[in-house]
Amino acid sequence: MSNVPADLRFLKSHEWARLEADGTITVGISDHAQQALGDLVFVEAPEAGRRVAAGEACAVVESVKAASDVYSPVSGEVVAGNADLGGQPELINQEPYGAGWIMRIRPDDKAQFAALLDAKAYEAALAAETH
Amino acid sequence: MPFIPHTADDIRDMLAAIGAPDTEALFDEIPARLRARALDGIPPALSEMEIGRLMTERAAVDGQRLNFIGAGAYEHHVPAAVWAIVTRGEFYSAYTPYQAEASQGTLQLLYEFQSMMASLTGMAASNASLYDGATALAEAALMAVRAHRKSKSQRILVPKAVNPSYRNVLQAVAGGQKLAFETLPYDPAGGTTTLASLEKYRGQDITALVIQQPNFFGMLEDVDALTDWAHEAGMLVIAVVNPASLAVLKPPGEWGATGADIVCGEGQPLGVPLSSGGPYFGFMTTRLEFVRQMPGRIVGRTVDLDGKPGFTLTLQAREQHIRRSKATSNICTNQGLLVTAATIYLSLLGPHGLAQVAATCMQRAAELVAALGKVPGVRVAFAGPRFHEAVLLLDRPVHGVLEALAARGIVGGCDLTRDYPSLGHPLLVCATETRTVQDIDTYARALADVMQSAAAA
Repeated sequence: MSNVPADLRFLKSHEWARLEADGTITVGISDHAQQALGDLVFVEAPEAGRRVAAGEACAVVESVKAASDVYSPVSGEVVAGNADLGGQPELINQEPYGAGWIMRIRPDDKAQFAALLDAKAYEAALAAETH
Repeated sequence: MPFIPHTADDIRDMLAAIGAPDTEALFDEIPARLRARALDGIPPALSEMEIGRLMTERAAVDGQRLNFIGAGAYEHHVPAAVWAIVTRGEFYSAYTPYQAEASQGTLQLLYEFQSMMASLTGMAASNASLYDGATALAEAALMAVRAHRKSKSQRILVPKAVNPSYRNVLQAVAGGQKLAFETLPYDPAGGTTTLASLEKYRGQDITALVIQQPNFFGMLEDVDALTDWAHEAGMLVIAVVNPASLAVLKPPGEWGATGADIVCGEGQPLGVPLSSGGPYFGFMTTRLEFVRQMPGRIVGRTVDLDGKPGFTLTLQAREQHIRRSKATSNICTNQGLLVTAATIYLSLLGPHGLAQVAATCMQRAAELVAALGKVPGVRVAFAGPRFHEAVLLLDRPVHGVLEALAARGIVGGCDLTRDYPSLGHPLLVCATETRTVQDIDTYARALADVMQSAAAA
């Protein structure tokens, strides 16, 4: 059973998003996603300053089994990519909702965040995917 | 014999199983207007006997002429052992082995090839080869765009002194992907790319600078200054090199303060015969930090469950069977058989042997330039250090002179008139270690004779 924290929002494509106090949104991949991918060996996080659109592929996570795109949950500007993942991609396996965050985005419109799946809806989506 | 394992019965059974009327129906997803019809220009298939006869006749037309043409493909001595070993059944495949458990020999050979290319070019990582030198440069340009994430322009500076065929392929392969190529002029005195021609790009967003060493005219570029300038201006450096020259020239990994970023080139000089233009192979090496942006197969060394060393394809998440349309390249492959030849060639020669080949090439080319430059009506185009080629300027159209030389059994060089019209009547000549002092004398006498008789006519 994978961990789905109640205070986060999600995408069906298994990204999570957290609204920070400064109005930025932190993005990573869910515990379910990291389990499905297996041991991560490489992460390509976006450069700060890059403009991204909601649903745009803006990072790549590569495991021993597969490589997957990470999609932005909102439109906005990337304010930081997690540089620690360059040398320690396994942070995503160890702490998908903590040190394994991938990028921070300043959203153009916070309403896009509010429209993301809540934990309950994401759990339902996971259940539908596995059954 | 068709090299397709399925019999007519197999095909009928498989089609019946999925309910398709015929093989054509499997392609109905492709719109009719995009489908290739029967290829009218292709003649009917020939039998092995017929094709053997045809090719023997074609080869006889080439004859056994004394060759002074280079321009990207070079006549070198290939020890007989190279192709005797390459054509052994164990090696005789052009394909990359996915099944590591059944292909340790081939994988080890590719790994040795990569180690040799990394060592020759002074870079950390190599792929298992590409189609040829020109497509390797096109792949390097696309790779530079991926690797240089701060640059958004997709603009690449390409000196006019880069092989014109390579520049055409660059445009054909990468132009359609919105890369823009800006041509840099060469210095008319030295035939090289100058820093002055780069200054106007300072402060602009440029992804990479291409540097060919030796350049298409055979001249040696000031690679240290060019590399440092490009890096200071925030560009990556793509080196295009002749691998045979690297035994005596500084490897791209040592150019300037920090070295080139991507190195590519044509591998043909390493044990691959001219063969009327191919097949050849391209190579590519890079810094470790860019290895995930490199196209093509990469073989890695690892250990198995028992701790024994072994070899396998690695970093496959870059490739099309995993990443599909987002792969680093969908139009590249490894040239397994030719790489096998190159690896055996390099093993047999060793660093010392390769240096001897390169040094003899330089020596013969210098003798050739001295001898031909004395012929009335001929002068040497550029002054400065060169590898094994040089541009001569004739006082009359090159084509007629080459025809007259051909009638005397000499392939006199490559006519550059079409690609470099501003040079007047330019002829690119080459001498490798296969040309003797007598050969050079024969050419010089024949050229003098041709120039004199044509002048008299």
